Amino acid sequence: MAAFQSPINRPILSRGPVSLGGFLFFVGLSIILMWLDQRQGYLGGVRRALSIAGYGVEVTVSSPFYAWGWLSNYFATRGHLLEENAELRAHERETDLRLQRFEALEQENLRLRALRKSTEHVAEKFVVGEIMRVDLDPYRHRVRINKGSNDGIFQGQAILDAAGVVGQITRVGVYSSEAILITDAEHAIPVQVNRNGLRTIAVGTGNINQLSLPYLAVNSDIREGDLLVTSGLGGVFPAGYPVGTVRKIDRSVAQTLVSIIATPAAALDRDREVLLVWFPQLPPEPAAPPPSAASAP
Amino acid sequence: MSRSDQVVRWPLFASGFVALLLGLIPLPHWLDLLRPDFLALVVLYWSVHLPRAGRLWFAWSAGLALDVFRGVVLGQFALAMTVIGAAAIYMHLRIRAYPIWHQAGTVFAALFLYHLTLWIVDGWSGHPITSSARWVPAVSGALVWPFVSGMLDKLHRRF
Repeated sequence: MAAFQSPINRPILSRGPVSLGGFLFFVGLSIILMWLDQRQGYLGGVRRALSIAGYGVEVTVSSPFYAWGWLSNYFATRGHLLEENAELRAHERETDLRLQRFEALEQENLRLRALRKSTEHVAEKFVVGEIMRVDLDPYRHRVRINKGSNDGIFQGQAILDAAGVVGQITRVGVYSSEAILITDAEHAIPVQVNRNGLRTIAVGTGNINQLSLPYLAVNSDIREGDLLVTSGLGGVFPAGYPVGTVRKIDRSVAQTLVSIIATPAAALDRDREVLLVWFPQLPPEPAAPPPSAASAP
Repeated sequence: MSRSDQVVRWPLFASGFVALLLGLIPLPHWLDLLRPDFLALVVLYWSVHLPRAGRLWFAWSAGLALDVFRGVVLGQFALAMTVIGAAAIYMHLRIRAYPIWHQAGTVFAALFLYHLTLWIVDGWSGHPITSSARWVPAVSGALVWPFVSGMLDKLHRRF
């Protein structure tokens, strides 16, 4: 009935555009989606397709920050660069010195392990990923990393930084993936005390600089300042990487378990670049990433 | 409905896209906690002022987009958006007649309903957030409503 329509695009009287049936349809659609995703795990493909579209949006959001970083690099003053250069040189000398000792130790370690016929769990390959500058959820320690199944990333892959364990991959997209940090309240990582090999589990607290060790008995041999390293149990993380240091121990006689707070070793709230590692113990070796992205340590 | 086909839809998607970006921009943690749900506000605005243009499709797909970015179970935000979108469309003539601060109160109620839905689904899917600060965006959302609504009014008058 085109003749009765108003000349402007807006309907003059808009009424009754929602029906109970429509409402129930969308509610049902959402519930079915949630059920399929949560209980059945059918929607991996759908999610992957949607995440490709989402990647564009995330790049849009984070590009001004990248551009700013690039610009400030470009216009960095000579003095600043010289200073940074000197700092890096000093750091390199120090690392080289430590490395000399490390190589000897590694050889010795390999010999000893060969004697015991046990495998080494040294990360053998890694890809450098960048944490994208998008905020996902203020109450969860989840980050988006700009590497996905295109780079050979797989679910459950361990993430490290220069100082220690950062987290693991929870969901892989094509160009980006989602990771959970070790401080997320839903994350737990098997650790051992470096000093005496005491094994336990470090649980995230939801606080970015705090881990909790809730499963140790009051009489366990653990002290403030102890280094916690990954134990390699569970098969997600390679063994022997630093997780954190024990900050506070609260032994109350009335309790059977001791409450321990540890500080994560990795710079979880400051990191931009992280390492996604492969280590030989994992049976499902993914497709090899392109040679340009991967490099041997 | 041939009539709803004539309604221009691009402002809905343009403003929805901008709201999505606003929800993703990295902010300091304390500001992140206060961040209003811009996309929910945009959905409320269009549901009230142009209920025929997007109907529930707009609300639902906006929610689905949020699901993808937030990494939650697919359908969680879609459900919450459907609930507030339907409520807003149902009451759109009344809400339009309210003065702006009365509207803000209604928006608070809608955002509370939105977060209540999210909270229920969080619990059901096994990722409960126990912090009571999760209700803060409902308040901040109601406080920024006059500004969001004013800006979208300008966009609305253009076409």
